[in-house]
Amino acid sequence: MTGGEVGTGEAIVFWVSGTLAVIGALGMVISRKAVHSALFIALTMINLAILYVANAAPFLGMVQIIVYTGAVMMLFLFVLMVVGVDSSDSLIETIKGQRVAALLLGIGFSILLIAGLGNGLMETSSVGLDAANSAQGGNVEGLAALIFSDFVIAFQVTAALLITAAMGAMILTHRERWLPKKTQRELSQERFASGQHPGQLPPPGVYARSNAVDTPALLPDGSTSDVSVPEPLRARADVREVNEADLEDIRQIAAGESVVDSGFEDADEGSEGEQR
Amino acid sequence: MTQIIPAEGIFALLWVLIALPAVGAVILLFGGRRTNSWGPYLAVLTVVGSAVIGVLMLLALMDQPAEQRTVVQNVYDWVFVGSFQASFALQLDQLSMVFVLLITIVGALIHIYSLGYMAHDPDRRKFFGYLNLFVAAMLILVLANNYLLLYVGWEGVGLASYLLIGFWQRKPSAAAAAKKAFIINRVGDVGLSLAIMLIFITFGSITFQDVFGQASEASEGTLTAIGLLLLLAAAGKSAQFPLQAWLLDAMEGPTPVSALIHAATMVTAGVYLIVRSNAIYNAAIWAATAVVVVGLITIFMGAIIGSAKDDIKKSLAGSTMSQIGYMVFAAGLGPIGYIFAIFHLLTHGVYKAGLFLGAGSVMHGMNDTVNMRRYGALKGLMVITFITFMAGYLAIIGIPPFAGFWSKDEIIHAAFERNWIIGAATILAAGITGFYMTRMVAMTFFGKARWEDDAHPHESPPVMTIPLIILAIGSTFLGMALLFWGNIETWLEPVTGYESVPTPLPTAFYIAVTLVVVVIGAVIGWVMYARKEVPIEAPRGNVLTRAARQDLYGDAVNNVLVVQPTYRTAEALTTFDTKAVDGFVGGVTSFVGDLAVRLRRSQTGFVRSYALSMVGGVFIIVLALILVRLS
Amino acid sequence: MNPANYVLLSALLFSIGAIGVLVRRNAIIVFMSVELMLNAANLAFVSFARMNGNLDGQVVAFFVMVVAAAEVVVGLAIIVTIFRTRRSASIDEPNLLKY
Repeated sequence: MTGGEVGTGEAIVFWVSGTLAVIGALGMVISRKAVHSALFIALTMINLAILYVANAAPFLGMVQIIVYTGAVMMLFLFVLMVVGVDSSDSLIETIKGQRVAALLLGIGFSILLIAGLGNGLMETSSVGLDAANSAQGGNVEGLAALIFSDFVIAFQVTAALLITAAMGAMILTHRERWLPKKTQRELSQERFASGQHPGQLPPPGVYARSNAVDTPALLPDGSTSDVSVPEPLRARADVREVNEADLEDIRQIAAGESVVDSGFEDADEGSEGEQR
Repeated sequence: MTQIIPAEGIFALLWVLIALPAVGAVILLFGGRRTNSWGPYLAVLTVVGSAVIGVLMLLALMDQPAEQRTVVQNVYDWVFVGSFQASFALQLDQLSMVFVLLITIVGALIHIYSLGYMAHDPDRRKFFGYLNLFVAAMLILVLANNYLLLYVGWEGVGLASYLLIGFWQRKPSAAAAAKKAFIINRVGDVGLSLAIMLIFITFGSITFQDVFGQASEASEGTLTAIGLLLLLAAAGKSAQFPLQAWLLDAMEGPTPVSALIHAATMVTAGVYLIVRSNAIYNAAIWAATAVVVVGLITIFMGAIIGSAKDDIKKSLAGSTMSQIGYMVFAAGLGPIGYIFAIFHLLTHGVYKAGLFLGAGSVMHGMNDTVNMRRYGALKGLMVITFITFMAGYLAIIGIPPFAGFWSKDEIIHAAFERNWIIGAATILAAGITGFYMTRMVAMTFFGKARWEDDAHPHESPPVMTIPLIILAIGSTFLGMALLFWGNIETWLEPVTGYESVPTPLPTAFYIAVTLVVVVIGAVIGWVMYARKEVPIEAPRGNVLTRAARQDLYGDAVNNVLVVQPTYRTAEALTTFDTKAVDGFVGGVTSFVGDLAVRLRRSQTGFVRSYALSMVGGVFIIVLALILVRLS
Repeated sequence: MNPANYVLLSALLFSIGAIGVLVRRNAIIVFMSVELMLNAANLAFVSFARMNGNLDGQVVAFFVMVVAAAEVVVGLAIIVTIFRTRRSASIDEPNLLKY
């Protein structure tokens, strides 16, 4: 597994994981929805982790899964949730020629790189990491020995970088409160001082019908209250009329008399919202 | 051989000679209105002080043996750059001495005269400041011991001349005359600066001592070039042909200025320069010949112009040109003429100053009228002015025993020692001198009164007449004094050299012929302008008269030869500048501007466009790398 | 098979990531594409480490991951901030810095 040459098992792993990684990458670029893109790139990263392990880098493979798939991708998803999960891009390109040029350049670039690298690397032989890993007793030990000796300054600097990045993120997303938070008493006083109706508005009149929100409530004197109907309906003049016949029925019901169900049909003529 | 003696005793005060008027000029020009009341008197005192020191130095110098009369005082080290060394060093020798006396004594008299003449001018203080500045600069000029310091004085007197010609700058004609004098003088100054450079290149030094010591070692071609450049400088400063045009216009300045600067001292600086550089001209015969030719042409130009002008000051200015022409002519004759050039310069300085001051006195009494056709019959009203003017008149036309006779006679004699043709020419010019001076005297003092209606002729105050009297005495006796008592020939001989060539005919013959010609000229003048009525409106006159009234077309020639070509060149250069140079520069800028406007469109603000160009760049780099590695 | 195939795969993934950056407008997906490019580079590092028998490549890949994590944190914070003010995560919207 860690030798210089690629065995048959590793070749199978390479072709399967490599194909999946490319599919994930392409899917990430092509998906309309950002969530799909995030899932596709997670696929790519997991497959890359497998390839790392296959490539004699088990430590990096683990780090890849923990840091990328575990932390970074979750951060991406979290931000997606904040920004809006279903904000899908329109696929119409606004910059003239950008898409064609990008595709041409990207494909040309990949051909160039693959041709050049393939031409240069195919003849080389691979050394393998067995000797390097066994020098310190294993891959993780070998990496640790390097990080804490030759690369110790870079390690310290990256530590500082991480702390700075965390600070930066906090500062960037922090919103300063300019005024002190209002207490409940102040809110209440504000409400009464404004001179508007301080309490709840009356609920609409409720009848056992499909949508009764457009029916105004009856006041004790028999008249109707406009404010009991939601404002958009009022604006659209979708308030249902209450006809006198119905009021009469109600009074009879309240008086314990039986009523012939006849007048409701007439009232339906006045409203269109119900007939949908 | 001359020996240099250190500046001790009275000679230690050499720098004070210059410092006195210089300090006076600084106080007057920077002191402001506070000095208005006493400033002019301070100016007079400084020049009188310099004159007293000058006289004391003359006495001290006469006590020295003849070959020990050169004093050098190094005031301070001025320009020391590599091998170029010029000290602010003053040199007093016999030649400088006579100039110092001329400048300070005549200068003092004219300062005193100006107290009266400028009494009512609101800018009196400024006038005296400029006069002091002029005296200081002129003293630097004649006391310098090297060409660079001489150049400083040369420019200083040019500046003072400019300021004083344009003293009444509210008059456009005065301002224009000042500019004209300044610009024409610049032409000469270019000659002087080129001459100094050439002298330094040739001799490696610019002190008189070194240059004259090695003069015979340089090639004749170089010396001729230096001589011609110095002649150009002298022509500019001394108003000699072909740079003569400024002197007549310079008469726009106040009359004392005309007397001091444009008759007695500054305009003779060219003669001083040539005589001082005698070692160069002695070795460059062609340069000397050019000097003679220039002098001779100017003698006649000046005389002809002087005969035709009705403006008394311009007529005198023409006469000055002519007389300086005599000096330059004499200086060009070589060792036989140097001494007489200086001799004539001294006598001319005195009598011409007297004549100008006399003219100023006449103008003073005639409401500043300068037109001689509006004078006449003034001899009874301005007795002192008339008598002193007559002394100057007799001196300039060369009637013995007046000063001009002795000096002019020596020049004519020296001319005959060289060549009888130029001798005859000088005699003829002397006759013309007799004509135009007689014309001037006749029109001014004799004949009938042709005054303007509001003219009330009167004699000038004593502060003006006393200098006139002193100068008249000088005009009368200075020639004899210098020749017989002062022994000017032996006095100047150590500096200028002297030789005498025998002439075919006895000296008395030339004197007699000269006198006869002069008297003939004078009689013609008398007959034409005293016996006949002088018309108030000038008659049309013959061709020569009309030409002379136009300064012999000097301005027209300058206009055609210099001014118009310069204008056209300037216009052509302006066209070239606006069309070609500006067009090119503007084309470059508009090209860059247009390019920038187009390139600006690539800054779309879209991050993805920028990323696209980045990827494109990477693509090109990778392509190049692969191509390089694979090839 | 030769381990160089891993490098070719990495080149392919890198190019796809680059196209994603150029083509997509949603800032979060652009970010994902950048991450993909970083991962492709990591794969190349790991492969080269194996081919050369030297662990330095793996160490560098490790540092790349750390830096990428820091970059994601800050980058996402910026996206959130922009979203708050503009109610949009399109990277074509903030285009005021132009001619």
